Amino acid sequence: MKPLAPLRIVVALLAGALFGFGLSLSGMLDPARVLGFLNLASGHWDPSLAFVLGGAVLVAVPGVMLQRRLRRPLLDDSFHLPEKTEIDGRLLAGSALFGAGWGLAGFCPGPAVSALSMGLVPVLLFVAAMVMGMILHDRVIAGMLPR
Amino acid sequence: MSVYWPSLIGGMLLGLSAVALLLLDGRIAGISGIVGRLLGGAQVPLNAAFVIGLISGPPLYMLAFGSFPSVTIATSWPLVLVAGLAVGIGTRMGSGCTSGHGILGLARFSRRSFAATATFLLAGGAMATLMEFLR
Repeated sequence: MKPLAPLRIVVALLAGALFGFGLSLSGMLDPARVLGFLNLASGHWDPSLAFVLGGAVLVAVPGVMLQRRLRRPLLDDSFHLPEKTEIDGRLLAGSALFGAGWGLAGFCPGPAVSALSMGLVPVLLFVAAMVMGMILHDRVIAGMLPR
Repeated sequence: MSVYWPSLIGGMLLGLSAVALLLLDGRIAGISGIVGRLLGGAQVPLNAAFVIGLISGPPLYMLAFGSFPSVTIATSWPLVLVAGLAVGIGTRMGSGCTSGHGILGLARFSRRSFAATATFLLAGGAMATLMEFLR
């Protein structure tokens, strides 16, 4: 274990808590609000999700600009960021499948996992199915797809 | 307009969390990636710590405001299962979800994340709108 490892775990815990609290405050823990944005035919469209995403990106952009001027993060030897640039079939098919599931129940991974602490049965069912889907993809489907 | 303040401020906290993880730990706060890596047994203490923090969000909200945030699920349980399975497979196949692609990917001006975000917003909009007519 590197000397900074305990501190990194504390940072991950606090960042997760801030993320979960932010989701709770934003209203996006509620599938009804998410579907109120995605469903264009409800007759009472709810723009909240655009404010959430807009607010998040607004704060993230200066953070990324600062990150690009740094050689390494404070607590690790180097940045670990995605480097792929190619828009391939997996990216588009996966995103379309995710979007379809998101539009079906109004849950994406963050809010669903965060809402686990509220003990609601449909949330438990959703997360159980999502975890199965992730394992199914990583251990079976990924190996069957063309590269 | 005033009803959207919690959404805007909540969204800014999501951005702050993502920036903190990026600048301190050098990693992307993408929930499907973190949960997926945890399931695969990679960097378990770090990923588990983030997930435990994430789950503590609603109780923290309760401490601050006196009640849990509203969560209303109108979808029938068979469809909830289908949706969960699609979200699980789709986010791993597409290398991210609303957080990794939608927040940090857009902030990094990643072409892949722009394509992914446009795709899941369109697919989500199409599905939610279709379900309105099937009800």
